[in-house]
Formats: sequence, C-alpha cells, structure tokens
Amino acid sequence: MSSTVFPAAGSFFAPPSASPPAAAATTAAAMTSSAREVLPVLELAGIGKRFQGVVALNDVGFAVRPGEVMALLGENGAGKSTLVKILTGIYQPDDGIITLAGKPVSFATPQAAMQAGVTAVHQETVMFDELTVAENICMGRQPLCGFPPRIDWRRMEAEAEQLFARLEVSLPVRARVKDLSVAQRHFVEIARALSQQAQVVIMDEPTAALSQREIRELYRIIGQLRAAGTAVIFISHKFDEIFAVADRYTVLRDGRFIAAGALADISEPELVALMVGRDVGQVFPQHEQVPGEVVLQVENFCHPSEFHEVSFSLRRGEIIGFYGLVGAGRSELMQALFGLTPAAHGIVRLDGKRIRVSSPAEAIAHGIAYVPEDRQHQGVLLSLPIFQNITLPILSTIGLMLCGRRRRRQELAIARRFSEQLELKASHFRQQVAQLSGGNQQKVVLAKWLATNPRVIILDEPTKGIDIGSKAAVHRFISELVAQGLAVILVSSELPEVLGMADRVVVMHQGTVQCVFNRDQATPELLVAAASGSLPPSTMNGAVPCH
Amino acid sequence: MSLATPTLRSPVLALLANVLSRPREPLLAALIVMLILLVGVRAPAFLTLRSMDNLLTDSALLIMLALTQMLVIVTRGIDLSVASNLALSGMMAALLAMHFPQLPLSVIVAAALGIGLVLGLLNGWLIGYLSLPPIVVTLGSMSVYRGLVFVLSGGAWVSSRNMSAEFVAFPLTRLAGLTHVVWLAALAVVAFWCLARYTRFGRDLYAIGNDPVAAGYVGIATPRRLLWTYALSGAMAGLCGYLWVARYAVAYTEIAYGFELTVIAACVIGGVSIAGGVGNISGAVLGALFLAVINNALPMVQISPFWQSALTGIVILSAVIINARGEKKRAKQILPLHFQPRAAAVAGSTS
Repeated sequence: MSSTVFPAAGSFFAPPSASPPAAAATTAAAMTSSAREVLPVLELAGIGKRFQGVVALNDVGFAVRPGEVMALLGENGAGKSTLVKILTGIYQPDDGIITLAGKPVSFATPQAAMQAGVTAVHQETVMFDELTVAENICMGRQPLCGFPPRIDWRRMEAEAEQLFARLEVSLPVRARVKDLSVAQRHFVEIARALSQQAQVVIMDEPTAALSQREIRELYRIIGQLRAAGTAVIFISHKFDEIFAVADRYTVLRDGRFIAAGALADISEPELVALMVGRDVGQVFPQHEQVPGEVVLQVENFCHPSEFHEVSFSLRRGEIIGFYGLVGAGRSELMQALFGLTPAAHGIVRLDGKRIRVSSPAEAIAHGIAYVPEDRQHQGVLLSLPIFQNITLPILSTIGLMLCGRRRRRQELAIARRFSEQLELKASHFRQQVAQLSGGNQQKVVLAKWLATNPRVIILDEPTKGIDIGSKAAVHRFISELVAQGLAVILVSSELPEVLGMADRVVVMHQGTVQCVFNRDQATPELLVAAASGSLPPSTMNGAVPCH
Repeated sequence: MSLATPTLRSPVLALLANVLSRPREPLLAALIVMLILLVGVRAPAFLTLRSMDNLLTDSALLIMLALTQMLVIVTRGIDLSVASNLALSGMMAALLAMHFPQLPLSVIVAAALGIGLVLGLLNGWLIGYLSLPPIVVTLGSMSVYRGLVFVLSGGAWVSSRNMSAEFVAFPLTRLAGLTHVVWLAALAVVAFWCLARYTRFGRDLYAIGNDPVAAGYVGIATPRRLLWTYALSGAMAGLCGYLWVARYAVAYTEIAYGFELTVIAACVIGGVSIAGGVGNISGAVLGALFLAVINNALPMVQISPFWQSALTGIVILSAVIINARGEKKRAKQILPLHFQPRAAAVAGSTS
C-alpha cells in the first residue's frame, strides 16, 4: 500500500459560513485548480525542511479558506509539528512558498507570523506563569496611555474581559496563569489569538488534557471562530473530534503530503489507512524464543496525574512493545517502574515476589534497567570517555579495593566485551562520548545498562533519531538479548518497529492501557485506532485483557 | 520539629508556607516593625527619631542598589559586579574631585553615573548580545573593575583632605528634615516602581524571567532589554559610588568589598526569586530595610556582630525555604481530568 491519494485528490472549500461539511461536498476540485468560490487565506506550496540532512518535510502543500476548519492528520513524526513551527515563524522552510491572503510571505520571527495573523495554540501552553491572565494576553502589546506613556492596566483588563465575554468563558483576568487549569490556559491562548485579529489559528492537540465539558466548550469556540471567518487548522489524533469539528482533512506521512479532501467523503478506517499507509518494509530479526515464566508483573499501577491502573506481565525471553501517541504516558510509566516517580503506587512483582522500587538504585539492584529516551541529557555523560560511561552503574561491583591500573584494566575489559557485542564504532575507549555519532552514543547507553546484568531492560525509543544502519544493529542486539533470556520492554512510537519486534503490543492512550495485542493480531490500523482512543476496548476483536 | 511529633511537621510547614508564601510584603513589613519594637524595649534609644533617621540614611544605598539588582534577578540574571562598579566609579569621582577641584559637583556626579553606566553596558552587551551566562560575566567584570580601582589609585587612599567640602557634604545635607541620600533613595523607589509596573520595559523583564522562549514568541527583544537592565544596574552603582565615597569622606581600594552579596541578600529576603520572573519593588525595599534594621539594632542590644551575619543567613535560608514550599512542582497532566478525583482518592487511601 503505497501513497494512494484517496478520493481523487479531492479537495474542496466550504463557503465561509457553511459549517455542515456536507454542504461543501458538491464542489470537488483539484488542489491546484483555480475554480474556487472563496480564495484561501493561507496556502502552502512545495514546503520542504531538512535538519542536518534528515528530511523532515518534503514538498508539502495545502490551503485553508476563511471560516473553515481543517484537520491536519498524521502519525507521530509525520511532520505536523515541523509544519506548525514553520507556519508560526519558529523555523524557516528550506523550500516552498507560503501565501497569506494572496500575498507571498515569509515569517522570519514568531512575532512576524503573529502580526501577519497566524497564531498557534500549542499543546503545551507557552505562557508567563507568574503574570496575570490579562497581561499574558497583551504581553508585548500592552495598551499605553498618558504622558509619559504608561501601561493602562484598566484598559488591558477590560479588553481581556471583553474577549472572554465574546468567548462566553468566565475567567478572572487578574488570576495568575500558574493557578489556572490546562483548559483555562487554552482559553487564554485562544483569547490571545483573538486579540490579534488572527486570520489563521492553529490548534495543536488542544483537547489533550481537557474534560468532556471543556472539550464541548472548545468546540463552541471553534464554531465562533469559524463564524467570524477565521481559518482553523486543527491537529488531533482523536477521530471523533476531527469528525465533530473539522470540514476538511489533510494527511501527512513521513514528511510528505498524502491526501486532502472533505471529511464528509471519507470514513474513519479510510483515514487511518491514509495515515499508516505503508508496508512494514524493514526486515526485523526474527527471534523464535518461546517465552518462559513471568519475570515482571505489574498490577494496578497508578499515578495521580500521569497514568491509571496499568497492569501487564512480562515473561522471560519476551519483548513487549508499548505503543501510543506522544504524551500517552508511556515514558512516565517506565520512569515510575524504574523508581523515578515517588508518587506512583501499585503492585510490582519480580519473579513472583513483591518488590518496592523507590529509587533507581533499588531498580538496578533488582535487575531492572532503563534506557531513557533523551539520550543526550539522561543517558550518557557526554564529556566522559566511553569506558567510564559503560562502567558507571557498576562501579561499586568492580571493587573499590582495586585501584589504579588494575581497576582501569578491568573497566576497559568490561567496556570491550559489550562494545564488541554491540559493534560500537570508536577509535578507542578513551574517546569522549560527545564525539560519537547518535547511533554509537545509543550503543554506549545500551552497553552501560547491560553491564549491570539486568533481568528486565526497558528501552524508551531506542532508535529515535539514529540512522538506518545503527537502527538495524540495535534491533539485532535486542533480539540477541531476548535469546539470552532477558525480558525487554520496548517503548516506541514507530509502528514498524513495534510490529516487527514485539511479541505483544500494549497500546496506551491518555495514561491508560487501551488494549493488548498478540503479535499475529496486531495490524497497523488496529494499533493507530487504539492509540487514538477511537476503539472502545470492549468491542475489540483479538484484544487480550490487560493482564 | 522534634522526633516525637513527626506527623505535625508537614501540615505545620504547609500552613506556614500558605500563610507566608503569597503576599510577602505585609508580612515582612510587620516583621520589621516587630523587630524595631522588640529592640526598642531593650534599648529605648533605638526608637528615637534620630535613630530612625540614621537607619534610613544607612539603608538608602542598599535600597537603591537592591532596586536595580531586583530587575536583574527578575530576568533570571545576577549582577555580582555592582560593588566593584561602585568602588571604581566612586574612586574615579574622588580622583576627579582631587585633580580638578574647580569642577562643579553636578559634573562629578554625572561622571560617576556615566562611568557606572558604561561599565554596566559592558556587562549587558556580553550577557544580552553574546548570550553569556550572567553569573560568569559579572564574576569576571567584578574582578576586572576591582582591579582597575587598584590601577587607577595606585593603591592609595583619597581622603577628605583631597575633596572639596561641597563634594563631601552633599549626601548628608538635609532637605526638609531628611538627608539627600534618603530623598534620592525615595525618588529611585518611586521611579523604579513605575518602571517595573507601568512600562513595557519593566513588564518585558518579567516576561523574560518567566519564560525566555515565550518572550521571544511575543516579540520581546531580549538582548536589548538585558543590555539596558544591566546598564541601569551599572548606572545605579555609579551614582551610589559617588554617594558612598562622599558620605564616608574617603575613597580606598576596598570600598564596599563584598557588598554585592548584601544587595542580593536583600532581594532574596524580599521574595525575589533567583529563578527569575518573580519579585517586586516593595519586596526589594523591605528586604533592604530588614537587613539595615538587623545591622543597626543588634549592636544596640549588645548582640555580637558575629551573630549578625549568622542571623542574616538564617533569614535568607528561611526566605528560600518559604519560596520553595510555595512553588510545588507540577506533574504532567496526562490522564483525562475525570480520572483525577478517583486517582487522588486511591492515592490518599494507600499512602
């Protein structure tokens, strides 16, 4: 299944007032056609962006018209956030043209984008926590009065109150932003966008942390924006939301434009197919290990705000994949298992014995190793040589009594053993880790944790941002580990990796386990649907209960 | 706080934090008044008008420097070079007065201010435009400026014999009952209060301190704002340089040695967060007054000067602890909010 453009590159433009998407379904026109009723307010053509040789976006184009809500869809890493950053002036595109209201524009700074009328409501709100709501809305553009000019606080607060009245939201304008809930912060951001006469408002997963009531409130506000002729670009992974608010969709995959059209003409499974739409083409090493006895058992693991009632079990020689959207709580869960989050509680059994892990040191002592996602900050000490990085967690076992040369020799021997196993490419073991490539740095991290001789190893996005060759080495290595009887938890946002490597896949959504698939039951479509929360667990075929 | 009542500890601390964390200023003001009265009971001489006048005059320079230091700290920065800057500007003012006795006082004051401004601009340029860490830059310039004092003076003192009477008299001359330094400090407090509250410059500093990235998003020119923040701090140090030298009628290489730490301490006591983004003028002023009261009052009740610094330290630590308790770290909100009460209930029952 390659990049089939689904319904005939259909793209249409609803008239500004037409909120029911069906009304627009009559005029189908090609993306490049000029037969439009209303000119698009924002048009992208041929946008490309590369980061140090890695292509993040390639020839992406779409258009939004005033009073239209467009859903921007794509898997993790499809290039949505890069596109948002280009539109808001944080990144500059390498190729392509952005046209705003018929004029080509380039946003050199975020402020330029904002002044031109393109604003974004970010998933993680960008705000001044200690300042008041009113000031957050007006920061940088406070109304002045008198001479010498001074900030007119009263007018500022009155304007903020008017904005909230328009949104029909009640918020104290003098409250500090740090005391607000996530939803209220979103409203402040929307008010800020409104106060700037935004022509285009980009909402990046605005509903991620909202309750049902707050989401309805948000829908209402989106309706208002639409009625006022503002174009809204709505990014979300939740299909019910997309179908509820958006008129059209644009799908990106691997940094490319895949398809666009009216939501009235497409069904949810078809959308999922467009988003996933690729063969699991990479070859993954097969491990035909018959899983042994249960090593790790987690029951009712909870955290007040990050995850809830997570239960799963892990057997010897098994790889269990954790799939989910970014921010589904997978990393937070793993950090809690490793003893980094004291607020978490629940039952964790290792070899049937209940253990209490309240610090990483205890986790290591129990034979649990955690390879974090953020390699540069959490995984290695960049300025130390390779061998010291590898022996860091086991320094005490090398023997404090040994000193000087003998100790060093032993450290080097350990480093050599694991480096050979991992095909680490370095000129010598005294080289600083900072001088290695990303893939080789990752191998150092793996070697370091292997040296602790773990029973359970948790790998958090082990192949993120490394080249294909190193990826294959890491995959090969993971299956070797399993062959040796280790149990592996593989957290990954890459569908092919999860499908290719894992014996079972746990799908998380908003901090809860959505469903568990066996290897032969898991399909890309099922995983994506489960990760976006659109499949109720009870109706799933082939889903295994969470234990 | 004893081992016998461990369960009481955290609620008590939480309550304390609750009471103490939010409006810091009234509390600090009450504390100062209480301290003054307490000392007054033991040493009635402390409560006289003359003693209060002394207290104000003594604290004026500290207050003035705390004002600009507060702005710097609000931007997540720190200016360690204020005391050296003060010494260098003061020494240059004294040398000017010595070598050119015919120069009018206003020119000398303007020169001191200008020298301080230039030294501050240098800090600001390095920090704002070259994005160097403030603590490193000002640590370096602190030594450079102090070194220049030695170079310029040749290690020699400039004493009152070498200064004109007018030069020496200005700070302590009285106007409507209060000394000039007190009036200057009052003027500075009003000016900086307006600056911090009613100008975009002032508000931008808070924005930068709260979130430098977000500040960029709303179009705040951070480098230019930082340049002028450190310039203000420098100019204030320059002005205070003249006032210091004239008030004590002597300029020597060790003037105000280590005074930058007192200034920073005043800000911290006044609730200015070293992490940036939090703090206001009244806090800085009250913090400075508090330190001045401790320094002036304790000798009157025969408490050893060694205790003074220990006491100051305890006050700083308590201020920091209160700040830390006030800002609890938030966990990431991943679970949908309707899970919250249930999860919290579970958490409550098991812990």
